[in-house]
Amino acid sequence: MDMNTIEELLPTADPAAWRPGDAWLAGGTVLFSYGSSTLRRLLDLGAAGWTPITVDADGIELAATCTIAALYELPDTLPQRLPETDAAPPVWPALALVRQCCDAFVASFKIWNMSTVGGNIATGLPAGPMTSLCAGLDGVATILSPGGGTRTMPVAELVVGDGLTSLAPGELLRSIRLPAHALAARVAYRRLSLSNLGRSGVLLIGRHDGDGTFVLTVTAATQRPVQLRFGTRPDADALDADALVRALDAAIPVSLYHDDIHGLPRWRRDMTYKLAEEIRRELLGGGESAGKEGRHGHGD
Amino acid sequence: MAMEINGTRHANEPRPGQCLRTFLREEGMLGVKKGCDGGDCGACTVHVDGQPVHSCIYPAVRAEGRSVTTVEGLADGDTLHPMQEQFLDAQGFQCGFCTAGMLMTASTFDDAQKENLPRNLKGNLCRCTGYRAIADAVCGTGTVGMDDDGARAGDGQVGDSAPAPAGRAVVTGTARYTLDVDPADYPGLLHMKLVRSPHPHARIESIDASAALRVPGVRAVFTHEDAPAQLFSTAQHELYTDDPDDTRVLDSVVRHVGQRVAAVVADTVAAAEAGVRAVVVRYEHLPFVLDAAAALAPGAPAIHADKDAATHRIADPARNLVAELHSELGDVAAGLAAADVVHEATYRTQRVQHVALETHASIAHIDDAGRLHVRSSTQTPYLTRRALCRVFGLPTDQVRVVAGRVGGGFGGKQEMLTEDITALAALALRRPVQLEYTRTEQFTASTTRHPFTIRLSAGARRDGTLTALAVDVVTDTGAYGNHAPGVMFHGCGESLSVYKCANKRIDARAAYTNTVPAGAFRGYGLSQMIFAVESAVDELAARLGMDPMEFRRRNMIRDGDPMLSSAPEPEEDVLYGSYGLDQCVDLVADALARGSARYREAGMADLGPEWAVGTGTALSMIDTVPPRGHFAHTVIELLPDGTYRAAVGTAEFGNGTTTVHAQLAATALHSRADRVAIAQSDTDLTDHDTGAFGSTGTVVAGKATLAAAQDLAGRLVAAAADITGVPAADCVLGIDAVACAGRALPLAQLHREAAARGLVLRAEGRWGGTPRSVAFNVHGFAVAVNTGTGELRILQSVQAADAGVVVNPRQCRGQIEGGIAQALGAALYENVRIGAEGRVETDILRQYHIPTFADVPRSEVYFARTSDALGPLGAKSMSESPFNPVAPALANAIRNATGVRFTELPLARDVIYLGLVDASAGTLAGSSAGSPVGSSVREQV
Repeated sequence: MDMNTIEELLPTADPAAWRPGDAWLAGGTVLFSYGSSTLRRLLDLGAAGWTPITVDADGIELAATCTIAALYELPDTLPQRLPETDAAPPVWPALALVRQCCDAFVASFKIWNMSTVGGNIATGLPAGPMTSLCAGLDGVATILSPGGGTRTMPVAELVVGDGLTSLAPGELLRSIRLPAHALAARVAYRRLSLSNLGRSGVLLIGRHDGDGTFVLTVTAATQRPVQLRFGTRPDADALDADALVRALDAAIPVSLYHDDIHGLPRWRRDMTYKLAEEIRRELLGGGESAGKEGRHGHGD
Repeated sequence: MAMEINGTRHANEPRPGQCLRTFLREEGMLGVKKGCDGGDCGACTVHVDGQPVHSCIYPAVRAEGRSVTTVEGLADGDTLHPMQEQFLDAQGFQCGFCTAGMLMTASTFDDAQKENLPRNLKGNLCRCTGYRAIADAVCGTGTVGMDDDGARAGDGQVGDSAPAPAGRAVVTGTARYTLDVDPADYPGLLHMKLVRSPHPHARIESIDASAALRVPGVRAVFTHEDAPAQLFSTAQHELYTDDPDDTRVLDSVVRHVGQRVAAVVADTVAAAEAGVRAVVVRYEHLPFVLDAAAALAPGAPAIHADKDAATHRIADPARNLVAELHSELGDVAAGLAAADVVHEATYRTQRVQHVALETHASIAHIDDAGRLHVRSSTQTPYLTRRALCRVFGLPTDQVRVVAGRVGGGFGGKQEMLTEDITALAALALRRPVQLEYTRTEQFTASTTRHPFTIRLSAGARRDGTLTALAVDVVTDTGAYGNHAPGVMFHGCGESLSVYKCANKRIDARAAYTNTVPAGAFRGYGLSQMIFAVESAVDELAARLGMDPMEFRRRNMIRDGDPMLSSAPEPEEDVLYGSYGLDQCVDLVADALARGSARYREAGMADLGPEWAVGTGTALSMIDTVPPRGHFAHTVIELLPDGTYRAAVGTAEFGNGTTTVHAQLAATALHSRADRVAIAQSDTDLTDHDTGAFGSTGTVVAGKATLAAAQDLAGRLVAAAADITGVPAADCVLGIDAVACAGRALPLAQLHREAAARGLVLRAEGRWGGTPRSVAFNVHGFAVAVNTGTGELRILQSVQAADAGVVVNPRQCRGQIEGGIAQALGAALYENVRIGAEGRVETDILRQYHIPTFADVPRSEVYFARTSDALGPLGAKSMSESPFNPVAPALANAIRNATGVRFTELPLARDVIYLGLVDASAGTLAGSSAGSPVGSSVREQV
């Protein structure tokens, strides 16, 4: 919709330019969707010229302005994005999550042409799929401050509540780095929605790293991402179903489950436990693969 | 700054916060539609450098130096894009408001994308079609007929699937909806925005508009002090006395969050918005009540206490009681005592919103002669004219109301929601004034379906005889009583009279609450009541161990049975013009049996241990015309070129009545539908038309058109006989000539020679909507429920309809598919939620999910073979009613699958899951929706 209070659109990526009444304009799909009656200026990142995706042996760096459409193409284009070296190209099975998380958007592929990775995270929605993806892969955000400083923070900690982030006024999300150890991990993905292809009510990502660490990231079900981390011996190996339940009990108080039209908190809670157990079985063994029954909710 | 739009350079500069959608419309690309303005519905889809984007969330300045293509630029001159051709061939639209976006999206698809339409079309919402016709269009599979002759376009006579006359305009983006006007026609157009109440109940102490008036561009601020004292109802009915007079254009008391407080009129929307922010209102808070039962309880704040029962037609303003009905036929207590099984439960239906893709909007202006013209998105132009005359004290001939093509209605536009306030401003300012609702205003400040709470008791004997049926109904009409009496009475009508039962009792009350008003909604009370009654019938059958369809066959009315609900005698003017309920029941039962066999044979009957499968059905009846008069008038004439023009009052909002009128006229005139042009929905065209509601477009307005065409056919033959000297008996009217004893007199020549003799070849037809007939719909589902997650899969969806002679099978099928889809939304997740302080929380489409392509299964549609003695050429209505049996059929299927009876809508996955959990835990009392039941009947699909 028209943002009729906007008096100026200023092309800049310099946090020093920010003043109260300004908003960073990335894809615009959130700002122009909700509108505003208070904003005066849009600081347009459209001309920032940040390279959307940079790949090296240590991982992947996503510019905040990387569009979802570009990200969606990443798994196909990885080889040509790697620097030319003699080393064997890395094997990153966790890239399978990229398309799964893109498809978790309630928004269609057309929106992906505009909306950005950083914009989705900075919106801070519990069901933000880029928050799910980046938190699930231990993504670390680089944040530019109006004072000229730079800080980093795990994405899992950046989103702190429903529509809330730890970004200070004027701070600008610059990029997210996805580390190689997470990309190299085996992963499992589960999602449920109240409608086919609808907004996520529960989205869990499990990761079993090469060093044996098991990481479970809960999003959408909870007001903010919740990460359960089970280190190498004895934790992950000893993680049986009961231990997982205890860990979830401890990590997620009932009040942290999200309550809105996209799912009742009791349902979200039960589904979190159900999907977490499916992921545990899939990644750590201890039973048959849960892959088949885990596909509920994807619509077909 | 410049961008290329459809190959032409446009040099105008967008505003810094402007989205591409409004910029393109300002540049004249009126095919770019606003459905939501928030990126959800896709109606505004355009291409930027070949990529499809939602132009409502695309910053216009970002299009600088780029090439933009809108629907107007999709065709190559007169050669349509293949996707446009396909949408025409398959008629992949009804109202057509979503079509431009569909085309601009689907025209970018490669074959792989066409393989996965649920994913690739989820960003394009259609409220009318149910998506089947869109799938056929996108994939180029053209029309899929439901039987051998279903797809025949023929000459466009009755029984042919004639294409909609507006088709080409719709697919090229040139169809003109309400606001698709040339600015040159409205010089000095002003824009209105409304100050709305943040409080559920308050008295306005003061309104300070001084700051608003200082905002550059603001021309005026109107408050209750400027509004006429005349009270009215936003509801539109043939008799305005059907609804309480409880509404003012602007009131000094606000009764729901979102009610109009003041209207700011300015040169631009932006200035009007700034003006709204600058208006300072002081409120005296009043106690409020949000729940209908609480509103009826002693001590509740009286919302319309300032009004008088008799004068304003409110049953009891002191008790928030708008209307009530209490009746008993036979002896319900005795009937329940004689029953072998008794079912008692409280059923609840939620608020749902119509979500017509075109929001409410109107433009009012005063012509040089001082006459008020209103162009509006309305189903009732004539009644709205009358309401405006009444409110502003104007003579009828001083007001004209016109509807362009209307972008969806579903009952929501059987109200005067914007016309009164734009008229007020235009009359005061003598300049054109436009008001366009936002999607959020649709949710928070227009109307919804009436929520019903239905305490039901029903009993049956072991032999399958229904012995008693009693309902205690409370309906929530919100802050105003528009449609409150009608919805309550109608809801308790056909839902009960479709069953033979000696003992019936109705207690019904419609209550005011401090919530967004409820109004007319597809089904008009029936969908709510039928949910309860059909659930109860199913439950009784299950407890008897009887097949629910068999139980229905024993108790449903048969041709000639008195149709009784509240009165001991049937309504005098409701007759069995035809009866096809028995066929519908058989058609659905047979289709479900075939479906079950298909699954078995395919080895797909067992979905795994977590899945419970079952089937469910429900039936419904509807009177083909609303009671107490529904009038239509048609004027049809032969044109100089030998074609015809019919002027009708009824509006086109995707219901397809324009096609039907052309077909009825063509049939009577032995012509072709494409030779009959229809002019419509303009109060200057005909004497009167009650409106396109109550499923009357075919059976009332169509009957007037048929009568006019039949009369004209006679006049043409008589004139030909007169001119040629051949006896009339030897003159036969044909497509373009009258054959007079072998000699062809072309119609154009007939017109010429008749004119020379001073003969005007014109005829009129009228119909008053009585007597009325009954139409039937029966729905069946096979479902699978995942007991671990609550996911519901629809394995089969079947609807059988008794529409009499089906005038246009393709269109009628589309109406049914669209009704099913809309009903699935209401059954599964749509819910206008209201918070503790009375505010609507679900105020954008991301919070109010309507069915997307991915959500709607293909339905099998079957027609009973009947011919109605009362409808035009045997036809009956078929527009509201397909909605009505869907929710109970679904709940009954879930009951059959899981053994759990759900009594509350919507049945989202979380509710189903938790209902199953609670049922297995035995916590039935007070559980939110589901309750376990004893002897469940399970049937493997």
